Amino acid sequence: MIRLLGDFDLAEEALHEAFSVALERWPQDGLPDNPRAWLISTGRFKAIDRLRRQARFTPLSQAQADALEAAEWSVEDVEDDRLRLIFTCCHPALAPDAQAALTLREICDLTTEEIARAFLSTPTTIAQRIVRAKAKIREANIPYQVPSLAELPERLDSVLRVVYLVFNEGYSASIGANLTRDELSGEAIRLGRLLLALLPEPEVMGLLALMLLHESRRAARTSASGELVLLDEQDRTLWDASLITEGCALVQRALSSRGFGPYCLQAAIAAVHAEAPHAAQTDWPQIVGLYDVLLGLLPSPVIALNRAVAVAMRDGPLAGLQQVDGILARGALQDYHLAHATRGEFCRQLGRLKEARSAYEKALSLTQQAPEKAFLEQRLAQLVSASMP
Amino acid sequence: MKYLCLIYSDETLLHSSPDSPKDPECLAYAQAIQASGRMLAAEPLQPVASATTVRKRNGHLSITDGPFAETKEQLAGFYLIEARDLNEALQVAGGIPAARVGSVEVRPVRELAL
Repeated sequence: MIRLLGDFDLAEEALHEAFSVALERWPQDGLPDNPRAWLISTGRFKAIDRLRRQARFTPLSQAQADALEAAEWSVEDVEDDRLRLIFTCCHPALAPDAQAALTLREICDLTTEEIARAFLSTPTTIAQRIVRAKAKIREANIPYQVPSLAELPERLDSVLRVVYLVFNEGYSASIGANLTRDELSGEAIRLGRLLLALLPEPEVMGLLALMLLHESRRAARTSASGELVLLDEQDRTLWDASLITEGCALVQRALSSRGFGPYCLQAAIAAVHAEAPHAAQTDWPQIVGLYDVLLGLLPSPVIALNRAVAVAMRDGPLAGLQQVDGILARGALQDYHLAHATRGEFCRQLGRLKEARSAYEKALSLTQQAPEKAFLEQRLAQLVSASMP
Repeated sequence: MKYLCLIYSDETLLHSSPDSPKDPECLAYAQAIQASGRMLAAEPLQPVASATTVRKRNGHLSITDGPFAETKEQLAGFYLIEARDLNEALQVAGGIPAARVGSVEVRPVRELAL
């Protein structure tokens, strides 16, 4: 409908009218053979009517109504339309926060209130973002189309980033007491599945696998009292085996195809964790190797920090500490609480308790998230009792 | 639909960076866009020091030396193109050689209903 009309709001109004007609007619006349096609067809006529009425005031609407009457459409287009719509909502010409809001609104059918709650924002702010994005789509004429092969990698990146952002918003809220907001992660996985069905690219497989493998640990990730549980301390019997099986199979498929990228590699790392029956049996050399490839593709200090943890598991805490100190010495991640928490952990393992303590205190001062704060406070308390014989 | 592609760059660096485009390359690109039928107009501009700004307030004309705003990057030239949609316009804009050293702002042209 949006593709036919080139206007979100007009399409929404037209479909709304079509649904009202359906509510009147279907109980009397029975369900049409193809309800979806019936709704689009009815909505199209309603939009033509509306444009003709507007045409009395603006000459442009007349041309739009004529174009709409001439436009071809078929039921098969509907699935393609969803893909076009995803690419439009995640168009890099829109503000990043608007991309996520628009995707949740238009593809996932979330209400403005639901999106606001998910992003810890107000419905007014979200509504403004969506209105602004829709206006830009209309004024700059952002097309409803799947990008050409030449544009695809970059444009797909933008779509995958939005989906992963939605997932992460649901998986670890950046502020506040709730570490997970299940629904949002569920929406992201649903989007990932839809995208994979429409566009089976390796990185789409990789992202879906990554989300499934993270999701599989959800139940083990927080204790009964709501505290964060680290990966190596999680009760692995709580991990969701069916999600792991699905995720690992996707990783295999993605890695055996050409053109895998950062999402596939991150999923592969998650898969190595998922396949270890106990933390102690994790294949750390393989994880370090995967991080090396990942760092080559995507040089980022956060990835380097994760690699440092894997190196520590393989070669001991001193090797890990040297890596972390190297990252901090390069001037990166100084305000990132996890860098200092990791440093504190290595120092603690090495018996350098004073250093460990100041690193944990620094980490604590940098995070606002309640479960993470509680975790760090607990670590600090343990240090104090350990240093008092 | 018409799009105006505004080319901004730091004037002092536009021609001195190792990646700076030379005039023949700029001309070749403009000719390629012309040949594709999407070119409406394109011109490079003289440095911003030659700019004069005009305002009319309460019937009085005020003329001042200099650009509308002092910025780190200045308007260096423009392309006015005809493109099917923003994606096509972005492709044309991305190909402008000066995009390598400066930035290109793509603005849809408002159609007046006359």
